[in-house]
Amino acid sequence: MSMLTVNDIHVYYGSIHAIKGVSFEVNEGEIVTLIGANGAGKSTTLKTVSAMMKPKTGTVVFDGKSIVGIKPHSIVSRGMAHCPEGRRIFQQMTVQENLEMGAYTRDKNEIDDSIAHVYELFPRMKERFKQTAGTMSGGEQQMLAMGRAMMSKPKLLMLDEPSMGLAPLLVDEIFRIIVELNRAGTTILLVEQNAHMALSIAHRGYVLETGKITTTADAKVLLEDEAVKKAYLGG
Amino acid sequence: MSFLNYLISGVSLGSIYAIIALGYTMVYGIAKMLNFAHGDVIMIGTYFAYFATTSHSLPPAIAVIAAMLCCTILGVVIEFLAYRPLRGATSLAVLITAIGVSFFLQNFALIRWGSSPKNFPSLVPFDKVSLFGGDLIISGEAITTMLACIFVMIGLSFFIKKNKLGKAMRAVSEDREAAQLMGINVNYTIAMTFAIGSALAGIAGVLLCSMYPTLSPTTGAMPGIKAFTAAVFGGIGSIPGAMLGGILLGMIEIFSRAYISTQLSDAIVFAVLIVVLLVRPTGLLGKKIREKV
Repeated sequence: MSMLTVNDIHVYYGSIHAIKGVSFEVNEGEIVTLIGANGAGKSTTLKTVSAMMKPKTGTVVFDGKSIVGIKPHSIVSRGMAHCPEGRRIFQQMTVQENLEMGAYTRDKNEIDDSIAHVYELFPRMKERFKQTAGTMSGGEQQMLAMGRAMMSKPKLLMLDEPSMGLAPLLVDEIFRIIVELNRAGTTILLVEQNAHMALSIAHRGYVLETGKITTTADAKVLLEDEAVKKAYLGG
Repeated sequence: MSFLNYLISGVSLGSIYAIIALGYTMVYGIAKMLNFAHGDVIMIGTYFAYFATTSHSLPPAIAVIAAMLCCTILGVVIEFLAYRPLRGATSLAVLITAIGVSFFLQNFALIRWGSSPKNFPSLVPFDKVSLFGGDLIISGEAITTMLACIFVMIGLSFFIKKNKLGKAMRAVSEDREAAQLMGINVNYTIAMTFAIGSALAGIAGVLLCSMYPTLSPTTGAMPGIKAFTAAVFGGIGSIPGAMLGGILLGMIEIFSRAYISTQLSDAIVFAVLIVVLLVRPTGLLGKKIREKV
């Protein structure tokens, strides 16, 4: 069943036509990845899905309802969480406070379980729950950003470049956790420049080039696709 | 003993500046704008307290609540009508609008209540305390003001640290977009910041006029500017900074009035501000601007 359907969206930054008719869908239970070069429009696409940007034309339907033009803060209570590029954790707040902010839309007495769950996924967060978030390493901050996004118990988790700037070992760990979250029932929309990693865990993939989708297929097929290999997988 | 007397009046004047400065600093920290109409909101609220006590002979506590309510509503309405439509506009546009609101409120008061100053009755029911055989006299107003300042400081720190809305305010202050992604309604959070800052302004106005009992349409202007200075002095955006800045400013003002020159006291206050900003551009307790990783 389709959880998210994006149909022919056109998005502009002023007069710049950034997204030129992108369509894709994410089915319940899937990991879908959008891959593409820097500036292809991956982040803009995600921002449009999470209502931070408004498409000039086109539709975005999440869970059977159109979300074009709704207030960005209301997407969370509809079951979507967007973990933005560059992590954007609240640097001056503690780890625990960051997680509490992630559960802002939920009742106070419901969130203890979720916090315990995040600490289970990321034991390192538990050790540092009182630490100021900005003093942690990049990898830890990424884990916190993902944990924070999970605090709203989203049906759909959107991750923008979770591997950015991380050491290979940490990238492996982050991707292992993404798979784990997916197995536990969260649908995932993953935007990545690290196309090889993204395709190796995703069910399906879309290739975005200068604001348009050029190829789509099962992730396994894309991994073997000559053109994709040449452009994004280093030959 | 005159030194101690000056110290007490400095700290109590400074406490008023501090309470006003909290409004500036919270709004700046969270909405990233300077609300130059803040001082005039104080003035309007104080007129409400004045009429509550004189024309309607309500008890002081009710008058204070009337002032707080009036300021809260006024603050939220100003935010909604004047500042919210400018979210995302250049900060210069917002600044000019704030100055416009300030003029509007002053002239509204002028038309409505006239230019002749009103004699504000002290709303503080406590008597003065005499110490050291009458050498040191602390007025009831001074005691109340200092207690109010301590109470506000503790309450606000606790609210910002522990309350859900207070935490949301910190989140919005740090990263508005990321806060939105958490499901935080940024507009609501900013409106609540105005509400709290303005309620504090209501308290400050009543305390100010209880101590210096003339009330006119320009009553809020100078304390407003001084409190803004205090907020910058302590580090704008920082709550303890507003407190420290306010109290230091009040002390500097009273001491220079007492020991140097009455006419020059304001000049000295601003000269100190300039020196502090030269040495510490972010103010005494201001945060260093950190590079994003």
